Amino acid sequence: MRALATSLALLCAGCTGSQTVLAPMGPQAAQLNWLLWSFILICGIIWLLVMFVLVLALRYAAVPSQRGERRAAVIVGVSVAASALVIIVLTVMSYAATRGLSVAADDPLVIRLRGYQWWWEVTYTDRRPDRMLVTANEIHVPVGHPINIELSAADVIHSFWVPNLVGKQDLIPGRRNDLTFTASRPGVYRGQCAEFCGLQHAHMALLVIAEEPAAFEAWRDAQLQVARPPETIEQEAGRTFFVSQPCAACHTVRGTNAAGTLGPDLTHVASRRTIAAGLLETTRGSLAAWIADPQTIKPGNNMPMVTMTPEQLRAVSAWLVDLQ
Amino acid sequence: MMRAEAGDLQHSIAPDMRDTDLAPEVLDRQLERVWGTPATLWGILATVDHKRIGRRYVATAFIFLAMGGVLALLMRLQLAGPERRLIGPDRYNQIFTMHGANMMFLFAVPVMEAIAVYLVPLMVGTRNIAFPRLNAFSYWIYLAGGVLLWVAFALDMGPDIGWFAYVPLSGPQYGSGKRADIWAQMITFTEIAALAVAVELVVTVLKQRAPGMSLDRVPLFVWAMLVTSFCVIMAMPAIMVASTSLILDRLVGTHFYNPAEGGDVLLWQHLFWFFGHPEVYIIFLPAVGMISGILPTFARRPIFGYLPLVLALIATGILAFGLWVHHMFATGLPRLGESFFTASSMAIAIPNGVQIFCWLATLALGRPVLAAPLLFVLAFFFTFIIGGLSGVMVASVPLDTQVHDTYFVVAHFHYVLIGGAVFPLMGAIYYWFPKLTGRMMSERVGRVVCGLVFVGFNLTFFPMHILGLQGMPRRIYTYQPDMPWGGLNLFVSLSSCLLAAGFLIFFIDIMRCMRWGLPAGDNPWNAATLEWATTSPPRSYNFARIPVVSSANPLWDEPELLVSSGLRVERRELVISTVAAAVPEARDASPANSIWPFFAAIATTGMLISSIFTPWAVVWGSLPVMVTLIGWFWPKSTPEDQA
Repeated sequence: MRALATSLALLCAGCTGSQTVLAPMGPQAAQLNWLLWSFILICGIIWLLVMFVLVLALRYAAVPSQRGERRAAVIVGVSVAASALVIIVLTVMSYAATRGLSVAADDPLVIRLRGYQWWWEVTYTDRRPDRMLVTANEIHVPVGHPINIELSAADVIHSFWVPNLVGKQDLIPGRRNDLTFTASRPGVYRGQCAEFCGLQHAHMALLVIAEEPAAFEAWRDAQLQVARPPETIEQEAGRTFFVSQPCAACHTVRGTNAAGTLGPDLTHVASRRTIAAGLLETTRGSLAAWIADPQTIKPGNNMPMVTMTPEQLRAVSAWLVDLQ
Repeated sequence: MMRAEAGDLQHSIAPDMRDTDLAPEVLDRQLERVWGTPATLWGILATVDHKRIGRRYVATAFIFLAMGGVLALLMRLQLAGPERRLIGPDRYNQIFTMHGANMMFLFAVPVMEAIAVYLVPLMVGTRNIAFPRLNAFSYWIYLAGGVLLWVAFALDMGPDIGWFAYVPLSGPQYGSGKRADIWAQMITFTEIAALAVAVELVVTVLKQRAPGMSLDRVPLFVWAMLVTSFCVIMAMPAIMVASTSLILDRLVGTHFYNPAEGGDVLLWQHLFWFFGHPEVYIIFLPAVGMISGILPTFARRPIFGYLPLVLALIATGILAFGLWVHHMFATGLPRLGESFFTASSMAIAIPNGVQIFCWLATLALGRPVLAAPLLFVLAFFFTFIIGGLSGVMVASVPLDTQVHDTYFVVAHFHYVLIGGAVFPLMGAIYYWFPKLTGRMMSERVGRVVCGLVFVGFNLTFFPMHILGLQGMPRRIYTYQPDMPWGGLNLFVSLSSCLLAAGFLIFFIDIMRCMRWGLPAGDNPWNAATLEWATTSPPRSYNFARIPVVSSANPLWDEPELLVSSGLRVERRELVISTVAAAVPEARDASPANSIWPFFAAIATTGMLISSIFTPWAVVWGSLPVMVTLIGWFWPKSTPEDQA
C-alpha cells in the first residue's frame, strides 16, 4: 500500500489539473487533503501489517499445543484492542476536520446556485436590488474572500463539487443547503455535477474563476450592464431573429425583449469561457454548431432545434459571440 | 410448522412403518420412493427438493452474473476513451442501472441465499428445508422478476434511474415511460423471493437441527445465514415501503416524494439506504460464513475463536442497521447526526477485525494446504482488507464529501463486494462443487482462474481510486478529452478483459467438470461438517438416518457418526428439535411435491406485471392468486406433529 501510495503521489505530482482532490487551492480543500493522506498512510500501514501476518501464518508450521492456542488468543485480543484504538483516533481526526470546516465565515459573499437539467444558474446577491446579478455555469469569486453558496434545485437532485476548493454538497428540490469555501490562489477550477441527474449528467460542468478582488469587481460591474447593442447589420439581424423566434421564450438577454427563464441568461454569454455547461469553448463556430444541432452535441438536453436558414444562423452567432 | 400432506403413496408399506428395523437397501429404496422427484416435466415444475431448487437458484444467479458482467464490459468499452459515441446516454444509463440492479438484486443476494438453500439443510442434518413449497414458489418468483427486468431492457424499456432510483428523477415528472415502474416492480419480485427464503432458513436453522447440534455446534456458515436471514427480514420491509410508495406516486398520483405537495425527496434516500446498507451485509455475511467453512478444512484444524466469530456475525448484523446515513453525507443533514453515523460506520470495522484476526490465527495454528478454495480465501484477504480500509475512509464525513459519488467509491465497493463476497463465493464453488455434482473441479484450472481473476480485478479496480481522487464522478457516460482521465480509463478497460477472461474460464470449467470431472466421493476434502457425511450428490432424502451430533466438528471428532431412528418411512417426515439444545421434540410431516407453488407464482407474476399498467390489476389479478393459494393449501387431513 505504501508503495502504491508513493506511486500515487508521483502520478499526481503532474496533475495540477483543474478538477482534482489532490491539488487543494483553498483552506477547506487543503484540510481535506491533509485528512486524506493521513487516512491513506494509517490504512496503508494497517494493510501491510495484516498482509505480513498472513504470509507468516501461511509459512509458520504450527505444532498443535495448548500454549500456542493461548498465545494466539492473546495476540488476537491485543490486535482487536489496537484496531479499536486506531478506529477511535481516525474518528476523532474526522470530527476535528468537520469542526474546522464548519466555522462560519464573517461577511461572506453570498451566491445562489440553482441546478437545472443540465446547467447551473448563478445568482449574486446584494443588498441593493439593482446590484443583483444572474449568470450561468461560471462562478467568479474574489481570491481570499469567504464565499457562501446557497444550493437549491429546480428539477431533480444535483450535486455541487469543485474538488480543488471544497467537498461536495447536494442541491435538493424542496430543500436548501449551503457551503462555505475560500479560494486562496487565482485560477480556474472546474466542477462537475456529482449526483446522477439524468441523460446529460456527464455534461453538467461549471467553472469557478478565482481572481484578485479588483478584477472580480470589474467583472461584476461589466456583468451588471445590459447587453451591448449590435454594431453590424449582421449582428442587428441576429438580434432581431433571436427575439422574434422561440429563442426568446427560454433565454433572457437583458437590454432586449428576450426574457425567458427556462434556459441560461445569455446577456454576457460571450464573456463566459464555455457554453452548454462546460461542453464547448465559446467561439462563434461552437455557438453556431450548438444552435444548429443541440441534440447531437448534447443528446437529450432541453434545447430544441429551431429551423433557420444559413444566413440566420450566421447572424445569430455573430450577435451572440459579440455579447461580451 | 406448516401442515402438509403425507404424500400420495399407496404401496404395500404398512401405515406408520418406522425406519428402525429396515435393512439399509430397503430403507434407501423406500425413502427414495417417498422423497424422490420423478424425471418428468411435472416433476421438474412441482419438485420441492431443496437441493434441486438450490441448484436451480445458483445456476440462474450465475447466468445473471455473466449477463451483468457483459454490461460492465460494455461500459468499459464506452469509457475507454473520451467522448466515445459507441453508446448514447440513454442506453448507457440503462446499462449502468441494469448492471447495478442485476448484480445486487438478481445475483449477489439470491446466489448467497441459493447456496444456503442447498447447504443449510445438509449442514444441520435434516431432510428438507422448512416450508419447501414456499421455497419452490420463491425460485419461480425470483426467475420472473429477473426475466421481467431483462426483457424490459431488451425492449429498450430498461430502467435508467440507477439501482438506487433516487426521486425525483425516478418520480412521475422526470421518469418517463414505464422504466421506473419496471425497476420498482422487479424489487417487489426479488423481495418476495428473498423474504421467503429468509423465513425458511430461520425456521430450518432454529427448529430442524439434527439431535445434539446445540447452538454452540452449529457450523459457522449456518450461523452466518441465520444472521443474514434476520437482516433480510428486517431490512426488506423498508425497500418494500419505499418502492410501493414510489409506485403509488407514479401510478395513482400520491405525493410521498413530491416536495411541491408536502412530500419529501430525502425520505426516499432514508428508506432506500435503511435497506441498502444492510443489503451489503446481507451479501457479505454469507461470504464470511463460507470462509469460516472453508478455512478449517484447509488449515486442517478447527476454526480458532468460534464464539468470537459468532458474536462478530451478530454484532455486524446489528450494526448494519445503524450506518445508512453514510450514503447521505452530501445531502446536508445536521452535523451531530452525521457524526453519529461516522462513529457507527467506523465501529463496524471492529467485528470485521475480530473475524480477520481469528481467521489468521486459524491459518497460523493449522497446517494450511494451498488448494484452490483456500487460494480464493487468500485473494479475499488481499482485496477485502483494502475495501474495508477505504470503507473507513468513506465513513468519515469530511473525506466522504470529496470522494462520494466518484470512481473512488466505485473502486471501494467493488473491493468490498467482489473481494469480500465474490472471491469467497468462487472459493465456495470450488469447495462445495464435489458435493453438488459428485465430481471434482480441476485444481490446475482453478489456480489459473484464481490468478486471472485476482490480477484482473486489482488492475481493473485499483486505478479507479486514483480516478476518483482526480475528480472523475460516477455514472457519467463519457468525459471530455481535456480531463486527465483518458489514460487510466483505457488501462482499466484493458484490464477488465483480463478479469472477464478469468470468469469465462471459470464458467467453462464448471460446465466441463460437471460432466467430466473426477469422481469425488463423499468427503473429498476430509472436512468436518455434516454435509460431507452423506453421498455426493446427496440422495433426495439427504440422510438415510438422521445423524446425532456431539461436537462442532462431528466428522473429525466422532469416529463413527451416530444416527437416530424412529422416523416413519411411508410419508415425508423429519425431526423437529428444540431451539437452543437441539433436543428432538417431535416428528413432523414435510410437504410433498406440488405443482401449486408454480401456478401461484405465475398468477402472482401476472398480477404484479399488470399492475405496472393499471392499478386495477391488483383487484382482478388477486383472484387467480387466491385460487392458486387455495389449491396450494387445500387441507389433506394430515396428522399433527407427533412427539
